[in-house]
Amino acid sequence: MGKVYPDATAALAGVLRDGMIIHSGGFGLSGIPALLIDAIQESGVTGLTVVSNNAGIDDVGLGKLLRTRQIKKMIASYVGENAEFARQFLAGELEIEFNPQGTLAERIRAGGAGIPAFFTKTGVGTKVAEGKPTQVFDGETYVMERGIVADLALVHAWKGDTEGNLVYRRTARNFNPMMATAAKITVAQVEHLVQPGEIDPDHVITPGVFVKRIIVCPAGYEKRIEQRTTTPKAA
Amino acid sequence: MAWNRDEMAARAARELDDGFYVNLGIGIPTLVANHIPAGVSVQLQSENGMLGIGPFPFEGEEDADIINAGKQTVTMLPTTSIFSSADSFAMIRGGHIDLSILGALQVAQNGDLANWMIPGKMVKGMGGAMDLVAGVKRVVVLMEHTAGGKPKLLRECNLPLTGARVVDMVISELGVFSIDRRGDAGMMLVELAPGVSLDEVRAKTEAEFRIAN
Repeated sequence: MGKVYPDATAALAGVLRDGMIIHSGGFGLSGIPALLIDAIQESGVTGLTVVSNNAGIDDVGLGKLLRTRQIKKMIASYVGENAEFARQFLAGELEIEFNPQGTLAERIRAGGAGIPAFFTKTGVGTKVAEGKPTQVFDGETYVMERGIVADLALVHAWKGDTEGNLVYRRTARNFNPMMATAAKITVAQVEHLVQPGEIDPDHVITPGVFVKRIIVCPAGYEKRIEQRTTTPKAA
Repeated sequence: MAWNRDEMAARAARELDDGFYVNLGIGIPTLVANHIPAGVSVQLQSENGMLGIGPFPFEGEEDADIINAGKQTVTMLPTTSIFSSADSFAMIRGGHIDLSILGALQVAQNGDLANWMIPGKMVKGMGGAMDLVAGVKRVVVLMEHTAGGKPKLLRECNLPLTGARVVDMVISELGVFSIDRRGDAGMMLVELAPGVSLDEVRAKTEAEFRIAN
């Protein structure tokens, strides 16, 4: 059975349902699965719990799903860039669970690896650890955190082959590799779709076993920049 | 004359040793990169998944796929490596990063740090700060000494903590304090900025501190 689908809507057909948990890759706007997020917006599915380091900006990525009120709860580490998020949160319309960024990354990694919980020093003695079991190892206190497995993971990769082997580019890798492993169904959007054998096996970052469906980004797919910082050219 | 922001950053840069792997927070800590002493080679780490951060790109050469933890466009160096956020925090939480320099809302004399949340105001999230202070070998806070005229160096923090007993050193425009976060020796003033009097530091500091010889 082929993994390649003609577009984002087709790749998500039969997968979406109200109230599901979705991993959405990316850091800031880098490496976000924007085409797949757009297709979720069009589907009208609602009551979503979305796991993502950030929440997009107002008109890009997950910011779009916030506008349409399709997200019930966010599990994230930093959401400072999104004004609509702030408005909904302060109005009590949106649930938020803040996780330290490393704890979030590890919860997803653990979930994908079949590890239901792990211990970390991060957050001990803070609000993050409240109500969670702690244990002393070698004289230091650690807090237990749970792995997260989502119903659906959406990831962005630079290159993928038709078997689902993925390669990421630069810091657009971020949360995508862990998320790809940590869901019942993982759908990848790739900038370049190639045939098996065209990616050196040594260079595969996400092996195809984790990826169920693939779409290729159309020509002219725009990757947005959040903070454009530059160095002046010497005169 | 108290230190200005660049002088504060330059003072913090003196905490760098040759060969260090370092994570710099947003704000004044970012300026530390401009003051790395001659003969000292360090690799800067970015939580999203990059070790070896280069300068901002030339105009027109920005790459949406190369950003730092502040979501700013940056460049790569010959030494750069790229990895997932899980590997990035394995470096941080596993104790492989030598030094973290970050800002603060409050620091207590026992090394408690608050820098992520003011109850009742919009909460943006802690990002990687809790992981950094829990896992990095040495934590230096670089911050203004007061906020709205109120001391930020306190006996106890009254804002929600980022970490308990995590700060080793505080550098403000007035001077430098060391903190015995693993023991009970508390806080010690180790250096005054030029022209700053002990009376001024005392007046602007709530925390109890000893004075280095």
